[in-house]
Amino acid sequence: MTEDQVQQIVIDIINEIAPDEETTGLKPEVNLRDQMDLDSMDFLDIVMELRKQHGIEVPEEDYPKLASLASCGEYLTPKFNAK
Amino acid sequence: MHQSRIVITGIGLTSPNGNTLEEYRKNLLDGIARIQMIDMRYMGKVPAGVCDFDPKKHQTRKELRVGTRAGSIAIYAAREAIANSGIDFENYDKSRIGVYVGTTEHGNVETENEVYNISKFDYDTKFWTHHHNPRTVANNPAGEITINMGITGPHYTIGAACAAGNAGLIQALQMLRLGEVDLALAGGVSESIQSFGIFAGFKSQGALGTHETDPNKVSRPFDKSRNGIVVSEGGCIYTLERLEDAQARGAEIIAEIIGYRINSDASDYVLPNPERQAECMHQALKVAGIEASEVDIVNTHATSTPMGDIQEIKAIREVFGDCPTTYVNNTKSYIGHCMGAAGALELAGNLPSFQDNIIHPTINVEELDPECALPNLVINEPRKVDAVKVILNNSFGMLGINSALILRKFED
Repeated sequence: MTEDQVQQIVIDIINEIAPDEETTGLKPEVNLRDQMDLDSMDFLDIVMELRKQHGIEVPEEDYPKLASLASCGEYLTPKFNAK
Repeated sequence: MHQSRIVITGIGLTSPNGNTLEEYRKNLLDGIARIQMIDMRYMGKVPAGVCDFDPKKHQTRKELRVGTRAGSIAIYAAREAIANSGIDFENYDKSRIGVYVGTTEHGNVETENEVYNISKFDYDTKFWTHHHNPRTVANNPAGEITINMGITGPHYTIGAACAAGNAGLIQALQMLRLGEVDLALAGGVSESIQSFGIFAGFKSQGALGTHETDPNKVSRPFDKSRNGIVVSEGGCIYTLERLEDAQARGAEIIAEIIGYRINSDASDYVLPNPERQAECMHQALKVAGIEASEVDIVNTHATSTPMGDIQEIKAIREVFGDCPTTYVNNTKSYIGHCMGAAGALELAGNLPSFQDNIIHPTINVEELDPECALPNLVINEPRKVDAVKVILNNSFGMLGINSALILRKFED
């Protein structure tokens, strides 16, 4: 799985949890919270959906690695490929 | 001690047979119930009153995903009430608004859903949602109103079983008289149809109603063949104000609350006590400063259970037995038992009688149970009278809670 594919999985999850937000044209390098109205409960939803839908665990100390699409891709791709 | 007169200046509601007061009232006068069979987890098909208001009218999709159904119903009814009241909400001091919402229960739906959810993951609690606690705290429906509407005054729910709708209004009246708030959003809500435990509990008690062919006929208070209740969702929220404030802003005044009482049976967990119910009505009349004979409509609580309906009629005979112009009806025959919303919604169904002088009947009485007979029970057909000026609204609940609310057509 490539980092682009993993970024798309994260975008799909955001579309489910924040259905009123516009996700086309999101800048991968910019923090997600600077581009959309996402709070800490929303981030916990992202972690939960990664767990439920993909069996991926993100420990609490790694939450900052989900800050942007680019950092999500970088952090999560090895986890997806280790499955 | 001077006590302000408290008036109703706006109504917002969703019931199984209407999402505006006009639609709801028309169906009550036309005899149109709306109950349907729904699929209930672990139970198969059961009759239920389902609301079909558009939740996206007042909420975003994210709010709907994060919040509860009770919150959604509460928000819809509250926003509709404010619109109906004509209040300039944008410029109103939000710290002076209080939110008082009656519920029978809260948290069951979410908890059942989450237990079911983690059952699919071998009961591993790491799959339990972080949304659980904000969704299940008892103040959730009232709290969701404050977040949606930017209200910074007090909010809480009032847990009063099936008397909760009346209890919400009574709490608001008391807070307005104390000067805690200037505007109250008050009433009751129910999301109970999403909880299989509530249905199963009633069924185990032998209190869940059935009909061979027609879900609309399950809820049939006072009918000889009645065998239990219909569980329904719904919500009704009123704007309440002190009379002087309502008049100062030129509000249209819908009704005045002139009397109320809540009391307790102190006898049984589920079986109602007609003596205490009668006492509750007597005490409410005393607070109102009127005689029983001045009441034009008694909206009964009656839920279509074999015993409960009889007990309430006994109480009403005791209080209103000598009152030739006091008519008695029931609203649950149309909408089922809307739990926390029941008292508030049923009152709303009767308030238009102040304008049209028509008393809506209780429907589905194919053969009247002789033990429920009253001379002025309005059954199956509406009744036109010269004038309706006073309504007494009964709501009773488990653990022997009784409430009676008395409203009068507003006269300056």
